[in-house]
Amino acid sequence: MKLAYWMYAGPAHIGTLRIASSFKNVHAIMHAPLGDDYFNVMRSMLEREREFTPVTTSVVDRNVLARGSQEKVVDNITRKDAEESPDLIVLTPTCTSSILQEDLHNFVERAQLEAKGDVMLADVNHYRYNELQAADRTLQQIVQFYIEKARKKGELPEGKTAKPSVNIIGMSTLGFHSNHDCTELKRLMADLGIEVNAVIPEGASVNHLKNLPRAWFNLLPYRELGLMTAKFLQEEFGTPFVDITPMGVVETARCLRAIQKILNEQGATVDYEAYINEQTLHVSQAAWFSRSIDCQNLTGKKAVVFGDNTHAAAMTKILAREMGIHVVMAGTFCKYDADWFREQVSEYCDEVLISDDNAEIGDAIARIEPSAIFGTQMERHVGKRLDIPCGVISSPIHIQNFPIGYKPFLGYEGSNQIVDLIYNSFTLGMEDHLLEIFGGHDTKEVITKGISADSDLAWNKEAQAELNKVPGFVRGKVKRNTEKFARERNLSEITIEVMYAAKEAVGA
Amino acid sequence: MTLADAQPQAINFDCETGNYHTFCPISCVAWLYQKIEDSFFLVIGTKTCGYFLQNAMGVMIFAEPRYAMAELEEGDISAQLNDYEELKRLCSQIKRDRNPSVIVWIGTCTTEIIKMDLEGLAPKLEAEIGIPIVVARANGLDYAFTQGEDTVLAAMVNRCPSKSPVAESEKEERNAISKLLNFGRKKEEVTESESEYVDHTPLVLFGSMPDPVVTQLTLELKKQGVKVSGWLPAKRYTELPTVEEGYYVAGVNPFLSRTATTFMRRRKCKLIGAPFPIGPDGTRAWIEKICSVLGIEPKGLAEREAQIWESLEDYVKLIRGKSVFFMGDNLLEISLARFLIRCGMSCPEIGIPYMDKRYQAAELVLLEQTCREMGVATPTIVEKPDNYNQIQRIYDLKPDLVITGMAHANPLEARGINTKWSVEFTFAQIHGFTNARDILELVTRPLRRNNSLKDLGWDKLVKETAKV
Repeated sequence: MKLAYWMYAGPAHIGTLRIASSFKNVHAIMHAPLGDDYFNVMRSMLEREREFTPVTTSVVDRNVLARGSQEKVVDNITRKDAEESPDLIVLTPTCTSSILQEDLHNFVERAQLEAKGDVMLADVNHYRYNELQAADRTLQQIVQFYIEKARKKGELPEGKTAKPSVNIIGMSTLGFHSNHDCTELKRLMADLGIEVNAVIPEGASVNHLKNLPRAWFNLLPYRELGLMTAKFLQEEFGTPFVDITPMGVVETARCLRAIQKILNEQGATVDYEAYINEQTLHVSQAAWFSRSIDCQNLTGKKAVVFGDNTHAAAMTKILAREMGIHVVMAGTFCKYDADWFREQVSEYCDEVLISDDNAEIGDAIARIEPSAIFGTQMERHVGKRLDIPCGVISSPIHIQNFPIGYKPFLGYEGSNQIVDLIYNSFTLGMEDHLLEIFGGHDTKEVITKGISADSDLAWNKEAQAELNKVPGFVRGKVKRNTEKFARERNLSEITIEVMYAAKEAVGA
Repeated sequence: MTLADAQPQAINFDCETGNYHTFCPISCVAWLYQKIEDSFFLVIGTKTCGYFLQNAMGVMIFAEPRYAMAELEEGDISAQLNDYEELKRLCSQIKRDRNPSVIVWIGTCTTEIIKMDLEGLAPKLEAEIGIPIVVARANGLDYAFTQGEDTVLAAMVNRCPSKSPVAESEKEERNAISKLLNFGRKKEEVTESESEYVDHTPLVLFGSMPDPVVTQLTLELKKQGVKVSGWLPAKRYTELPTVEEGYYVAGVNPFLSRTATTFMRRRKCKLIGAPFPIGPDGTRAWIEKICSVLGIEPKGLAEREAQIWESLEDYVKLIRGKSVFFMGDNLLEISLARFLIRCGMSCPEIGIPYMDKRYQAAELVLLEQTCREMGVATPTIVEKPDNYNQIQRIYDLKPDLVITGMAHANPLEARGINTKWSVEFTFAQIHGFTNARDILELVTRPLRRNNSLKDLGWDKLVKETAKV
């Protein structure tokens, strides 16, 4: 038993369901007790999904336990097959029902006799795999199933597409900013003249999976999801893959150069250097930002990074290499893939922390006292308690990670977004300085009722001029503090003296 | 269903035993840990349970939590580890870190399936670590959503002290200092001077209510001279109400049938079976029933109810003549439907995860009576509904409002069907006269929102027409 207050990754069946419900016209049947089906709520609420989540629970209750589940599960599969004619029905147990050790393979075989669509059991160990591992595994399983099916029927297409093309693997429902990342990657591929052969699993049809081998290469933006599929395709068809996350200007360039190499090895003649150069220096604001005077104030600031492998590693590199920020600690909750993380970040940070115990991470943050944290919702909360700003860069997902506006993390636009996130997370040098002079951000009491009370207070010319010298973003604050001070002392005219007396009073 | 064919008819019960969605009963932890301030809830289950509490319930396990997961791992499932030693290790840590007055073990589906003997382990561990351990089996194999609270309260019934507390005068003296410290502060609890009460057999109320609602309901009864001896649960575990044989008990929520039964069987209390104090009609009926059992003639209730209805008119006129469909989620459905029918709505179907016809008997009678008096057809009550079938019925019936669990709200809205989340009624303060307005605030919100958007013509936001 493990005492747990917080989970960075969900249980295995969540991963399986994320994959199943990302595909078009695939339905999942959960063999589970009442209440295990909150995946439907998460998808419906977080993604604001308009369609009914294609997941049905075949409810396990006392009666089912006593009688055995087979009849009910098989009935529910065939019923759903008739009701909605999905291309594929994926059966998954949960942590709970997997203990029953029923022969679910047999259930699936039985159901397949009647069902018109395909039926498959998601083959995952619910006590050894977490959400991320299970998603990776299920995607590979579905791809393999349809490749083998096509091969049996002799329907596997021959050869590659005429023009260079890519499969983007790993875009899924309930992924961290995954929908926007997907758009950004498609734009990036279009810029490079690369056709998108397929995006899986989000929005893909299982009937088209047989076309995956036609792509020139596979692109894996996320370390957590898609690697097993890419390796499978490499073994079966020799399709090379690029697993460099294009996050941040430097890594995006590295990713594009890797793509270039792979394409040229297959007979294309592409040269992306000019594109990379143009994007980096003139289109993306990220590189310029790190040279701009704003960023000077970030130099040497201390930061802690924590998240999933993909985002924590990429963020560490961006902070250290592109911003000159001192990453004291970088950490991941992906314990199962710790070696990769260490290898990726160790040269960019002082310490590496591999843990899924939120208290251990919280303690480390308290000890380090960084100027900013880049972490998950949990670290954001830790930051609140310690009064350290935190930018959220990784799952576990939260409603805030499904913004309506365009906020990718990948590609050049992603780099801009990340720069904004970093900039807004630090209390900046200049602002720091002014806040010190004029007494803080938060008005603790209401100064007047209503907002148009300034009629009885006159600022004389000098004071007004002085006020205008105060930078815009704190000017209102200074004005209010001064007026409040004057009102409390029944002063009708504000002079420079009053203004600085006010400043002193606030400071005191 | 039209008004014309409305005949006085018996309620039609149906049990679909379908595939339906509600929250897991362990969700009760989310409100109980806040209610019982000195408690610690330990949910003994899998990652699935923990992730649910964290995500679906929006209960982030944040700052100084008073609950945690005892996450079962492979070694626990395959019985390679000793349950007692494992729980002892965890509970000792909880004692060291938080020192609660009680640890509530929440058993789950998994502890049921692996047959972990929590009830057997608890007394031994309790003796060893010196903190009371209450065991509740809030599992999804037997219960739905709000019934989780029922399992916890039922377990706590057995822990209520059975001796009367020390004499009132002595107690007051001891509290002299705290009284001084509270000088000038408005007291939350109802201060009692005995004379205002009728002499009656003690009455204990059960159901977890936010403190303001506790005060409101206690005051409503006080107006009739009824003294509430205690509430289960109280704000602190150490303040559990005294329960003696022959005491009266009354529930405030329709999902507490096990707690009621436990009071009767284990503590030999007498249950006052009343409709539930939801809506002015229900609140009046609840008070009247309690009064009648205690031999008190209620005063001014009709006026009080009429006055509340008057104040609700601006909301009621928005829903009068409209129809509402309950998909079924939190077991508050019958009481809410009865109130909404009294408001002038019609209701073709009430889905409900579990229907205890005995514990809800008075509520069912009131529902039938309300339908008769309002001239609308009695609803069909569908126990363990099949959500897929329900959605087909919703397409056919086109109700003006569907009260539903969270999983179906957005898809229904996208198809131009007004919805309200049923969970909101679980968490909002809806009991008593004063809070009737809050129920209607929730119920009318989608209708008011749509009124303000109606000219935009954004009814359907999905492309293909719904299948089947």
